[in-house]
This record gives sequence, structure tokens and C-alpha cells, in this order.
Amino acid sequence: MIGQTLAMEGIFAFFLESSFLGVLLYGEERFSPQVQWFAALMLFLGSWLSGYFILATNAWMQHPVAYTVAPDGRLFVNSLSGLLTNPWLLWQYTHNMTATVVTAAFVMVALGALYLLSGQHVAHAKTFLRTGVVAGAIACTLMIFPTGDGNAKQVFAHQPLKGAAFEGLFHTERGAGLILVGQPNMETLTIDNPLVVPRALSFLVYEDLWAELKGLDAFPREQWPDNVPLLYYTYHIMVGLGTILASVMALSLLMLWRGWLFKSKWLLWLLMLSAPFPYIATTAGWMTAELGRQPWLVYGVLRTAEGASPLVHAGNALFTLLGFLGMYLLLGLLFLFFISQTIREGPVPGVRKTSRLPVDGSVEA
Amino acid sequence: METLWYIVVTLMLALYVVLDGFDFGVGILYPVLGRSEADRDVMHAAIGPVWNGNEVWLIAAGAVLFLAFPKAYAAGFSGFYLALIIVLWLFMFRGLALELRSHLDHPMWRQLCDVTFSGASLLLAIVFGAALGNLIRGVPLNREGYFFVALWTDFLTGPAPGILDWFTVLMGLASATILALHGANYLTMKTKGDLYARAVAAAKLMGWLALGSTVLVWLGITFVQPILRFNYTAHPVGYILPVGGAIALVATLVLRRRQRDVAAFMTSSLFILAMLGSVAWGCYPIILIATTEPANSLTIFNAATGAYGLQAGAVWFVMGFVLIIAYQVYAHRVFWGKVPTTEQSADGMTHK
Repeated sequence: MIGQTLAMEGIFAFFLESSFLGVLLYGEERFSPQVQWFAALMLFLGSWLSGYFILATNAWMQHPVAYTVAPDGRLFVNSLSGLLTNPWLLWQYTHNMTATVVTAAFVMVALGALYLLSGQHVAHAKTFLRTGVVAGAIACTLMIFPTGDGNAKQVFAHQPLKGAAFEGLFHTERGAGLILVGQPNMETLTIDNPLVVPRALSFLVYEDLWAELKGLDAFPREQWPDNVPLLYYTYHIMVGLGTILASVMALSLLMLWRGWLFKSKWLLWLLMLSAPFPYIATTAGWMTAELGRQPWLVYGVLRTAEGASPLVHAGNALFTLLGFLGMYLLLGLLFLFFISQTIREGPVPGVRKTSRLPVDGSVEA
Repeated sequence: METLWYIVVTLMLALYVVLDGFDFGVGILYPVLGRSEADRDVMHAAIGPVWNGNEVWLIAAGAVLFLAFPKAYAAGFSGFYLALIIVLWLFMFRGLALELRSHLDHPMWRQLCDVTFSGASLLLAIVFGAALGNLIRGVPLNREGYFFVALWTDFLTGPAPGILDWFTVLMGLASATILALHGANYLTMKTKGDLYARAVAAAKLMGWLALGSTVLVWLGITFVQPILRFNYTAHPVGYILPVGGAIALVATLVLRRRQRDVAAFMTSSLFILAMLGSVAWGCYPIILIATTEPANSLTIFNAATGAYGLQAGAVWFVMGFVLIIAYQVYAHRVFWGKVPTTEQSADGMTHK
């Protein structure tokens, strides 16, 4: 089934990315700026195509379409176009890709703020801030509306159980409130210390203050996601951070427009310190999507427990999990070390002999 | 249709070995040939722009295997789980060493990266040879079409083999010598001066070693896996592949002697393609040979996806394949020829 989209990703996207990455990174001295620009454009195309195919794969796991079940239980694709135009994909792809732009914008803005506050590379810093704030404000807006909104609505339409767990909605209610803060209590099936906007959730989902929303209690407990509190928190972290980040960007845009941004030290400090949070928000977003799909591997079709390799035992999986933890710790440390070195060297070209990316994506993929 | 996909997967894997093979070969020879910092920089620059694209052939071949023969993919990837994870880690270390080497200007850092790069290249070459050995020897598939092999058991090819046994280790060593030959041939196209002379010497030595190890492997295969002979007996036309491979290897040795660098590299590429083709000819239509009982083997028919998937896939694959060839030819062409060096040492070792 998903062999189709994964193979398409390999054939159409990975080759495009890797071939032109080589040209871009090693071609600094050999090629004209036009060729380099073209290579960068191809790289962009490759990575956005890659995103499309991998999200088509994930969208199929969230919302399976275009398949037939054989008598022996195997699934076969019956429409390639159906697979690639899965309705789930529209909001999932756009939401995911705008989130990547938000992250990139915050990194660029943070770097600009750092340089401006420390009085280095001032011209570059201002370019970074201007580009980053404009792109970031647009992307933040798109991230919330329509893509975030669209995503949430389709979750409630197709996976109401998952939606109820997101919002910590234990009981079916008419005119359900939107919980901003609070801790789910699995003993009493209530939210402790809640801070609620009355009726807001019903309005957001159905544009009707009195609409009825199904709570977790409308479904048998063995179908609930395995870890409701974790899912509730990842969802709230994503939405909460997303809202805060969007407000910061909106404020920065206003200040940029009025010409105050470069002089407001407090805002530059805020922008600089915001850099890690888009990463946290995106990670929480993926955890939301994936934890929310549990206990299903393919929603409504295949349970995660049924999808495990029958002969790979837990001990082997633990061995490799620990190995990966170590590997990623090492990668993370190297990343921080080299990224800080790159930041210290600054954006002026010609200082370093070669400039290469710190971590190569295609190997991990 | 299944046969077409079998050819596609085999071809992609074979192209992968030819392409990434030369940069593994460069890695294996790296500590021997790279005597000075400048030499090592040249060797890095020779593979730097292309190794990443070369590796994509492996990922893409895996993805195409998943597309066409999901059952074989599922069985293979869970059965060889430990080996594949180790391969992945080696790839990660190798990639890191390659990319980060020039980021820190300190001799100890470079030494660390050099050793990692070279060691990972050698181990990967051996592991891939051993992997092919596993496919030839067969794996203990059960009736549901799954298996799990430990990294090693008793080093015998019996009914409960490990990933490493005497035969697969032999295959691994042969693979390392053949890729070292291939890498040396690649370096002769890319280098000048002393480094060129050393690459030529390495290619000559590795040529003889490759010849010897190929003969040993051939004897080993006939001893370990008689199944491979059936297709040749039924369709002797297949002998073109191994015979062509042998001719290509001899031609490599001859062309090497005549300092025909590009031609020698091309023939060592052909040699690798022909050898892998011969194995594929012998195995067809089996993808995973069962050591338990023949009925458990996964063939291109019982492991294939549905007819619609195979057909729809074929349509876009043809378009995609044309594009890939275009990118790859472009990427290899723009970096064709000797690595430009900043030092002007016209040291009389010029060639051509």
C-alpha cells in the first residue's frame, strides 16, 4: 500500500535532493550564482515533494483510502490517484509545511536578533529580521487558520475519539468549553484546576455554541488512545506554543512596520530566546498526530499490536532503541557544537573554506 | 509484470553497488593512499559531491522492493533486523565523518574523522558482501514466510545459520577487495602526481586480489547453493553474464597496465554489474531462498503486491527513472575529471 508513496518519494524526491545538494555544497567555487540558485531551487522542490509523499503515507495511516482487502487480510492499493489525493492530506500537508516555515523563520529571526543585539554583522542581521518576521507572520497566520483549524475539524469529523482526548473532553456535552490549562485526572475522569473558555470548543468545531460534542465516555475504553494524558499535553503544548509564537510574530510585524523593531531590545531578546520553541511545538504536533492514532497503526484497519514483526523480539528492539538514544545524543551534541561554531563565524562568505550542512537528512530518512 | 519489477530491483541494487562501491573503495584505501593532508583532501573532494546521491540508490531500491514485493521486504527487514540497524549506524558514522571533517580545523579531529570514515567504509563493504552471501545461502523462512537470523551461530551454513558464517564472511572479504579495486580505479581518474601513482599501484594489486577472491567465491557458491545452477542448465544463454564478468575483470587488469584510467573504471563497473546479474539470473524467480524447506521460499509471485499496484507503479516509475538518470548524469558530469588542486606541483608524473 504505502510502498507506492515511499517508492515515489525515493525516486522523485530523494534523487532530486541529493544530486543537487552535492552541486550546491561543492559548487561554490566552480559554478556561477545562477547555477547555485537553480540547485537551491531544485533542493527546495525535492524537499517539499519529499514532504508530500511522506505525508501522503502518514495521511493514509490516519485516514485509509483507495484500498481493497484480499481474503487473506492483505491490503492492496486500487487507485493511485485516490491515494495521492487523500482528502486528509490537504490540511495535514499544508499545516506541516507551514509549521516548517514557522520554524525556519524563528531560527532566522533569532539569529538576526543575536547579531543585532551583539552589534555584529548588522546589515545581515536586519535582512534576517525583516525576511524572517514577514515570512514568519504569514506562516503563523496560515498555521492557525485555515490549516490548523481544518486539521482539528477533520479530526473531530473522522476521529471523534482522538479529538475528545486532545481536548480532555471526558464526557459528552452540549456547548463544550475549551480547556486552556488543566491536568487530566484518569481516576476521576475529570480535569483538575481547569481554566475554561465556556462553549468555545463547540463553536470552534461546529461554529455553533450549543453543538453537542462526543466525549471519551461515548466510546468503549479499549478503543481509547493508550495514553490520554500524554496526548492531551502534547496537543496543548502544540496549540499553546503555536498561539504564543503567532502573537510574538504579529507583534514583531507591527513593530517592524512602525520602524521600532530594530530599537526594541526587549523584543529582540524575546525573539532570540524563542528559537527552540517552534521545534518543541512541531515535535509535540507529531506526537499528537501519532499518539492520537493509537491503538491503531492504520486507523480502523490495523492495530499497532498486530503490525509488529512476529520474530523480532523485545530484547533486540531494546538493544537498538538504546543504541539510537546514544546515537541521537551524540548527533544532538555535535549539532549544537557545530551550529554554535557556524553562528560565531557569521554569515560573511569566504571566511570558511567550505560550507556544508551539519547533518545530512537523506541518510536518516 | 513481476519479472519486470525483479529486473528493476536487481538493476537498482547493482547500480547502487557500482556507484556507492567506488566511494567505499576510496574509503578502504584512504589510510594507505592518503599520506599527506593534501592527498586526503583530494580524496575527499573526489567523492564529496557524489557519495550522497550514490547512497540514494540503496534507499530507492529498498523502497521499490517495498512497492513491488512487500512480503519479501517485510520478511527481509525483520529477519536481518540487527544487521540492518548496524548498517544504518555505520552509514551514519560514515556520513558524519565525511561531512564534518572540514568543519573543525584541528589535526586530532581530522584523524578521528579519517579513521571513522575508513573503518565504516571497510565494514560496510564487508557487510554488504555478507548480505549477498546470505541471499545466496538462504535464510530459515518459516511457513508464514518470516525468519530471524542472529548475527552469528556456529559459522556453518547449516539449517540454522547466522548472518556471519564462513561463506558469508568470504563473500564479505571478496566484496571489500573488489570495491577497493573499483575505488582505486576511480581515484586514478581523479588524481595527479604521487597520489595517482599510488592509486595505480593499489589498483594493480587489488586487481589480482579481486581475481583470486572471485574464484574462491565462485567455488564457494557452487558448494553452498546448488539451486543457482538450475537456471543456467535450463537456459544456457545466461552464461553470458558470468563469462562477461570474467572478461571484464581481465580487461580491467589489461587496461590498468596500459594506463587507460577511464576504460579500467568502466570495466570494473561492468564486472560488478555482471557478477550481480549472474547471481540474479541464478536466483530468479526466488527473492529469499529458504533453508528450511523449498516451499517456504519467497518468490516474485508469492511476495508481490496486487496487479494494479504493479502496473500503476510501472507507469510512474518509468518517468521517474528517466529523471533520475538525468540528475545523476548531470551531477556526475559537472564534477567529472581530475580534482582541481591549488598547489602547482608539476612533478613529471603526468599521464595521458
